[in-house]
Amino acid sequence: MTPTMLVAEDFTAPGPSIFDFPPLYEGAPYWLTKPVVMAVFGAIVVCALAWSAFANPKLVPRGMQNIGEMGYQFVRDQVARPFLGKDAERWMPLLLSLFFLILLWNLFGVIPLIQIPVASHIAFPAVFAALIYIIKIYLGVKHQGLVGYFKNMMFPPGLPKPIYVLLAPIEFLSNLIIAPFTHAVRLFANMFAGHLILAFFSAVGFWFLFEKLTPLGSGLGVLGVIMTIAMTGFEMFIQFLQAFLFTMLAAMYIGGSLHPDH
Amino acid sequence: MTLAATLLAAEEGNNPLLPHAYELVVGSFAFLVVFLVVGKILTPRIQKTLAERTEAIEGGIKKAEDAQAEAQRTLEQYRAQLAEARQEAARLREEAREQGAQIKAELREEAQAEARRIIEAAHAQIEADRQQAITQLRAEIGRLSTELASRIVGESLEDEVRQRRIVDRFLEELEGRPEAVR
Repeated sequence: MTPTMLVAEDFTAPGPSIFDFPPLYEGAPYWLTKPVVMAVFGAIVVCALAWSAFANPKLVPRGMQNIGEMGYQFVRDQVARPFLGKDAERWMPLLLSLFFLILLWNLFGVIPLIQIPVASHIAFPAVFAALIYIIKIYLGVKHQGLVGYFKNMMFPPGLPKPIYVLLAPIEFLSNLIIAPFTHAVRLFANMFAGHLILAFFSAVGFWFLFEKLTPLGSGLGVLGVIMTIAMTGFEMFIQFLQAFLFTMLAAMYIGGSLHPDH
Repeated sequence: MTLAATLLAAEEGNNPLLPHAYELVVGSFAFLVVFLVVGKILTPRIQKTLAERTEAIEGGIKKAEDAQAEAQRTLEQYRAQLAEARQEAARLREEAREQGAQIKAELREEAQAEARRIIEAAHAQIEADRQQAITQLRAEIGRLSTELASRIVGESLEDEVRQRRIVDRFLEELEGRPEAVR
């Protein structure tokens, strides 16, 4: 950011305030903001796409069903089966809904005119993480018993006794307090930072090429545009990766509660 | 976290780590809708289809395997039949050869017997002819010798009576000769 400051003193890099959205129009209720609308819109689009793919599935897939099956098989083979084994099919509805919705919400970050990754508002990842957290504890207590669940979590067998003094609190903390927090924040922070980076580079390009075009600054402006394009590609990868990771962690937590052995 | 959040909130007015309550509600609602439609309605459908497809493919593979096994069996059968036919043909050839050889041997034997018979018949014929010739020749020689002798002695010995007389005479002479000798 130093060169920006040198060339034009009144260029200000976009900050966290770009995530603050006013109500859509004058006099609208305070909660009717762009992220809220996009969250609902995303849910509708996911339903519509999934409906067009899976509403009337054929033995020999055509068109949208091929794409939908690609997504389904990706979640099943890369997420559900490795962590849930024979329970994979039972948990596919939850995991598939999570993956599709998060993926589309993330991709909104690079879709022109929408350009807001819904998960960059922590409330949305927090809802998912909280849901998985509740399911995780419920399943853990149900399948291992209340005592067994905490015993398996905090006192894994086969360690020298003094270690447990250290291990038990760490495991308790990491499983019950840090895990859900990082689960939500990982997705949120990636989308937040990615959007900030895209906003920064596109602001550089716009500022130096359109608002304050100078011979010295134009090179910087071009660099900003190139970086915006490159980072958009990179963001799409991150958006996919984070959707995958969030779903994978969800499967891992559920699997861990169902089968404490591994 | 709460402390940090309060500090940040105090600084910026809007802390990105603090969720808006209304977004929590909207997020829950959005996920609920997606879960009901995608998870509860659509996922079972695609699961059912995928299971059916697996079954269909496995059925297809099974059918193909059956067909292949059937083809293999038929092929084995054909091969066995072919081998059998070849063996049969070889056997027939061998038999024919044997029969041919036998026939040849029989024919040869027959021919040899025939030849022997012909040769024997010829020999017999020749012997008979010879005997006949000898008999004839003897008579002829007798006649010719007599004729020749009569010519030589100048007296016809043709007359039977005379001949006999001569012979008798000769014989009488012979009879008388031993007494004289004695």
